[in-house]
Amino acid sequence: MFVLVEMVDTVRIPPWQFDRKLNDSIAEELNKKLANKMGKLRLRQAVSEWWSWHWKLALSCHHDPALARALHPSKVVYNVGLCICLFDITRLEDSYVFPGDGASHTKVHFRYVVFHPFLDEILIGKIKGCSPEGVHVSLGFFDDILIPPESLQQPAKFDEAEQVWVWEYETEEGAHDLYMDTGEDIRFRVVDESFVDTSPTGPRSAEAAASEEQPRKEAPYSLVGSIIEPGLGLLSWWTNS
Amino acid sequence: MKHSAGQQNLNTITYETLKYLSKTPCRHQSPEIVREFLTAMKSHRLTKAEKLQLLNHRPMTAVEIQLMVEETEERFTEEEQIEALLHTVTSILPAEPEAEQRTGASSAEAMDEEGPA
Repeated sequence: MFVLVEMVDTVRIPPWQFDRKLNDSIAEELNKKLANKMGKLRLRQAVSEWWSWHWKLALSCHHDPALARALHPSKVVYNVGLCICLFDITRLEDSYVFPGDGASHTKVHFRYVVFHPFLDEILIGKIKGCSPEGVHVSLGFFDDILIPPESLQQPAKFDEAEQVWVWEYETEEGAHDLYMDTGEDIRFRVVDESFVDTSPTGPRSAEAAASEEQPRKEAPYSLVGSIIEPGLGLLSWWTNS
Repeated sequence: MKHSAGQQNLNTITYETLKYLSKTPCRHQSPEIVREFLTAMKSHRLTKAEKLQLLNHRPMTAVEIQLMVEETEERFTEEEQIEALLHTVTSILPAEPEAEQRTGASSAEAMDEEGPA
């Protein structure tokens, strides 16, 4: 669900930070610019390697010095996902000071950890809530996941009173209602993603339990999930007793 | 702190991501375990994406395997092949203590070692 993206950017370091180690300043600046943001970034190459060591991810997040941030506005090429943190610096080019600006400018080649699940990937999240739009799922660090009604285990109905989706699971004794409650762990498949160009706007309006219509403010990066196959849905539905 | 606003984004996202990962089977993995797993997986001939999902989720049932591996009916004609795959997964990748209790009599609990790929 995470990828390493190779990037290049120019980092500007003001003079009052010259006493710090260059790598530390650069790391800090890059993380300030990118962390927790939906990447619209300049890419040196196409999305690079897969990363299968989540343990290593945890470790590197702890130990990485922060890279310098690029105040120099980088050109938008295309979206890549949710930026987590700097992985490493692969190359530092020479630092330049330009006339009229006492700061140094350094071109940095680096790799960033980005959350970007592949199509059809299986993920486990928590139910954030239900609305007529479907079931909203969160991973904690990423919130914009929706499972629309047609992708729920069928037959499904929306319980208006409790504002919860229900799987009307059929057994010999008749329908057995399985509720998709908030806080439950849910296994789903990523079936679609959407990147929306959002320019900075005002603060996000407070979300009520459910938003009835299309949200005024679209998330820059969102996922659509499905739980329609055997094995998908609440983990508790498929646990061997 | 001078750069607290910018730092906050990094702090939030890394905290939340680590929190998420700490509840997955991945937290018990090490580079050695991943290496051993990928070596053992060679004989099963899975794609990179399929092996990645097995690493991330440590499936313990055939149903989960079928979600993560495409076209199991064509590629695994014998039931023993899926059992063997499950065994590789559960014997090499460390479990979470609760997970072992949850599935109880998992079919992949055999004690015999699987030969290297």
